[in-house]
Amino acid sequence: MKSPLIERGSFSIERTYDAPPKDVFAAWSQVEAKARWFVGPENWTLVKRELDFRIGGHELLHGRLASGRDAIYTARFHDIVPDERIVYVYDMHYQMRDDKTHLSVSIATAEFEPIKNQTRLIFTEQVAFLDGTNGTEGTSSREHGTGAHLERLRNHIRPVGNG
Amino acid sequence: MFHALADASRRGMVDRLSEGPASVSELARPLAMALPSVVKHLAVLEAGGIVLSVKAGRVRTYRIAPDALSTVESWVAQRKAKWNSHFDRLEQYLSDQTRKPAAGDDEDKS
Repeated sequence: MKSPLIERGSFSIERTYDAPPKDVFAAWSQVEAKARWFVGPENWTLVKRELDFRIGGHELLHGRLASGRDAIYTARFHDIVPDERIVYVYDMHYQMRDDKTHLSVSIATAEFEPIKNQTRLIFTEQVAFLDGTNGTEGTSSREHGTGAHLERLRNHIRPVGNG
Repeated sequence: MFHALADASRRGMVDRLSEGPASVSELARPLAMALPSVVKHLAVLEAGGIVLSVKAGRVRTYRIAPDALSTVESWVAQRKAKWNSHFDRLEQYLSDQTRKPAAGDDEDKS
């Protein structure tokens, strides 16, 4: 089976932070601040980070995973309204030595909504996964299955120790 | 109600295991948490069918349970889990900022 299939999907995440929109926005617009939270999983190491935060500007996050594989995030900002919203398109690539795989292309929006002294962050992503059938060997079931478990768990997790 | 994934450390462990198997001490190393607490968290994940463990000698190794789906739902859910992980860290960062508003940028050793 060589023909690649594109898998599409979308999701939204809402979080409320105990900080005004300008502070939450700054955590996205300033590279030092973004480096505090926009990082890879445990045992991930940074290879290169760049952030040119303006419309048309480019972002890069290149890291090495515990497995020895590189994960490369590249983004381009399409719309920015300070303290209100950020619209960008990003690609994810995996790379193992010279073998580079294009995992996905996404359009993402982050909206910052003031609620008293807090901020509701609404993050929405529409994603096309390109690596469903012809990708890096071994990335399919075990690694990408994580999410299925997470969703399954949300549906039926019960208190531990009693039924 | 007890949600296995409502907990940021457990999300972190799942995130780590999605990159490959790891022992309890490997999972504990980056966390400011005693081993017994780590073991307790892993037991919750195992009870939820998210991870499996195998004991070889004295070392127990954990991995993501292999009966994973490769449907679009799982890809999207995994992507969503990544962002939830980021936003946990963002929350931590913002609360650190408000606790020391006078501080400019503190040392960054990366």
